[in-house]
Amino acid sequence: MAAVLKLVNRGTLSSAMGQQYLSFSSAPKVQAVGFRAGQALPEKVKIVEVGPRDGLQNEKTIVPTETKIHLIDMLSASGLPVIEATSFVSPKWVPQMADQVEVMKGIGRIPGVSYPVLTPNLKGFQAAVKAGASEVAIFGAASELFSKKNINCSVDESLQRFNDVMKAAKEAGVPVRGYVSCVVGCPYEGKVAPEKVAYVAKRLYSMGCYEISLGDTIGVGTPGSMIEMLEAVSKEVPISALAVHCHDTYGQALANILVALQMGIGVVDSSVAGLGGCPYAQGASGNVATEDVVYMLHGLGIQTGVDLSKLMDAGAFICRTLNRKSNSKVAQAVCKL
Amino acid sequence: MSSKLKAPCSLEWYSSPLFLFDIVPQTITGHAYPKFVKIVEVGPRDGLQNEKEIVPTGVKIQLIDMLSGAGLPVIEATSFVSSKWVPQMADHSDVLRGIQRAPHVQYPVLTPNLQGFQDAVAAGATEVAVFGSASETFSKKNINCSIDESMLRFEEVINTARERQIPVRGYVSCALGCPHEGHIEPSKVAEVAKRLYEMGCYEISLGDTIGVGTPGSMFKMLQSVMKEVPTSALAVHCHDTYGQALPNILTALQMGVCVVDSAVAGLGGCPYAQGSSGNVSTEDVLYMLHGMDIETGVNIAKVIEAGDFICNALRRETNSKVARAKGRTL
Repeated sequence: MAAVLKLVNRGTLSSAMGQQYLSFSSAPKVQAVGFRAGQALPEKVKIVEVGPRDGLQNEKTIVPTETKIHLIDMLSASGLPVIEATSFVSPKWVPQMADQVEVMKGIGRIPGVSYPVLTPNLKGFQAAVKAGASEVAIFGAASELFSKKNINCSVDESLQRFNDVMKAAKEAGVPVRGYVSCVVGCPYEGKVAPEKVAYVAKRLYSMGCYEISLGDTIGVGTPGSMIEMLEAVSKEVPISALAVHCHDTYGQALANILVALQMGIGVVDSSVAGLGGCPYAQGASGNVATEDVVYMLHGLGIQTGVDLSKLMDAGAFICRTLNRKSNSKVAQAVCKL
Repeated sequence: MSSKLKAPCSLEWYSSPLFLFDIVPQTITGHAYPKFVKIVEVGPRDGLQNEKEIVPTGVKIQLIDMLSGAGLPVIEATSFVSSKWVPQMADHSDVLRGIQRAPHVQYPVLTPNLQGFQDAVAAGATEVAVFGSASETFSKKNINCSIDESMLRFEEVINTARERQIPVRGYVSCALGCPHEGHIEPSKVAEVAKRLYEMGCYEISLGDTIGVGTPGSMFKMLQSVMKEVPTSALAVHCHDTYGQALPNILTALQMGVCVVDSAVAGLGGCPYAQGSSGNVSTEDVLYMLHGMDIETGVNIAKVIEAGDFICNALRRETNSKVARAKGRTL
């Protein structure tokens, strides 16, 4: 069949790419036999942008409220469907997120875009809703030691605490996203059993979380351990409700995301400019850069709805403000051509 | 249909549908993963050649010796190109004579022409490499001749090498994109790979010279090349300029490729994107492979040591995320 190639301008890149893909969807399919025979890549991937929360929370420099708001607004303009805006954790623990209410109230919300916020307990949830939050997230760990050191209670106790949040969220009609940290390795325990991850993911899902984001908190995962973990979790939680949150501390994030896609996962967390270092490996990188993820996805013909050049503008803005280099290789390369 | 390409290498170009044309595989996977992957360490040549600082001969020799001690099966030692063009490799004979050759380790050297080949053999080379391109413009700008002309030169080298029973490795650059031409047709890559293979190269390394490839374009290119050259004779040489090297390598592995080029500490920037990274780091590749239970015979800790050594000598930070993380783990 004839291929129709269109000239596009930057503003319509994302939708044009989508049309481009559709025009080839009836082209002869490539047959591949073997490892994942018949496993198709998703046509669309939802990017959950965690830069403004997970990213900034792990940056040394505390960023002014207006800057956070401007960053979120720029990210909204780039077409990202979900932008984690802030965290309703006590400012005593996370000073970078002390301006949570102002940020929530200050951002320009685009219809169709979700702005989830972290709510570690009922108090945080109530404050979040009062500030206008319409989606929240809760955070469990697959490692007992990490749970104790991070939030001062066991995994089961933390899930118990979240019961209150889930109940209140259900009553208020507010969707809840569940995060599981240390899904491959823990800075204290080392290797984490896939069955443990599956257990925590299943608990969060049964409690009512609509989506479970599986986080390689210290970035030690490889396609080997990722697949092992995802296979265990997908026995307990439908793949359509799973997301991957890969850290790039050991440079493995994109490879890990690729195998997750090959298993049918269609939601990927990432952080503009790769904001957010790794608190467990001083000076090492943390979150995978959204620009690099989008570059890979678009190169695979997968739709994201994101305008890469606008995304890069947002990355350039926040890096200027933080006075630091971008962690995104795409950003580093394109700026220099 | 008109296709006014923006400047190749601009972001618009690479994310435009024209570039995405025909690279959407329904499934990206192929064979089961190989049990063993041969790493071809290109740091001392490709890496150092692309570093701003010129490194003393003694440092080069020590680097290669450290890499030999790490278990790498192939270490590209130097290049017999005219020092007028590549001053960093001017000490090629001294390097080749100075290194301690570990048994079962190969030390190929680049030989762009017969003269270079003869100098290499005189200096003790037992394996050589020739460098072709899938892009006409790149070939002209890089080595001042067309692809066809370069093939004639290589044929001379390969024939002479055959007489002396010296194996020749063939490189194809710009396999996934060219800084001048932009998109490169997979069939062109296949054509050049086939020519090099049929002329007698025992292995063809397919290079994503500017790192623009993604698993999509890697898949398409390999599919094309694998029609002309046996998979067992293929290698991938991925650059990490856009962060895509590891997923691209993973894709190649899924398609049955089991030879991967990389550079310790990710040495060697990208001459086409100033200040950006070039070669993928050997340490990061090893981390991935070992994490997948794929054997390489390489001791990653010793590679990290070699990386630390050369980065100190170059007064620069490593490009390897693994090295960076391991160095700073609390």
